[in-house]
Amino acid sequence: MPLTDSLRDDILAAVPSLRAFAISLSGNGDRADDLVQETLLRALANIDSFQPGSNLPAWLFTILRNLFRSDYRKRRREVEDADGSYAKTLKTQPAQGAHLEFEEFRAALDKLPQDQREALILVGASGFSYEDAAAICGCAVGTIKSRVNRARSKLSALLYVDGAEDFGPDETVRAVIGGSG
Amino acid sequence: MREAKKQGGLNAEIQSRIGHQLRAMYDDIVRQGVPERFVELVRKLDVPPPGPHVEDTGGETIKNNGRD
Repeated sequence: MPLTDSLRDDILAAVPSLRAFAISLSGNGDRADDLVQETLLRALANIDSFQPGSNLPAWLFTILRNLFRSDYRKRRREVEDADGSYAKTLKTQPAQGAHLEFEEFRAALDKLPQDQREALILVGASGFSYEDAAAICGCAVGTIKSRVNRARSKLSALLYVDGAEDFGPDETVRAVIGGSG
Repeated sequence: MREAKKQGGLNAEIQSRIGHQLRAMYDDIVRQGVPERFVELVRKLDVPPPGPHVEDTGGETIKNNGRD
């Protein structure tokens, strides 16, 4: 569809969420903003392939996600966030205790397989339906559900079940792989 | 919170906590709004003329050319 001013506004309105998605995926603020910029350039250049009335944020997220995936394949995650560069992208630093907990959470999120991480972010933070998330990731709805479940289980194991041996094996295993299938 | 992990059946509580942390992390960034560089980019960039398939769509896709 033609690039009207109102369509430009709609694209801009999606930018904060696109940035949050990019930072959550890449764990690196500078790289994330490059990713957002590239996404916007592609979107504007290909705006005639956007279907009026369809889900604009989902379309933009799909572009960003695909860019990230191709970039990722090239780099194999050479940039780790060991020095907390992600936290520096925040305007306000969390207070000390919260900061620690935040870093812990961030580190756990980084340990998830990429498929699970992106599914969890799309559904649990971006607020997409399972159907939209499936469309964005190019997979079946059931696959998204299973990835989200596995991501949640793994996070809970990493963050809250650090003494996993305290659990009987049944319970632990069920908690960790509960969503698979 | 840490003691709670020793008890069974607190999966729901943990899941809710994880959900909160995830959204807190995400919303922190969302609240930063739109950096100026992106405002300029989206508002000012002109769409390049359609690529090699121009003749397929006739003049339809470039009718907006002189918009500004």
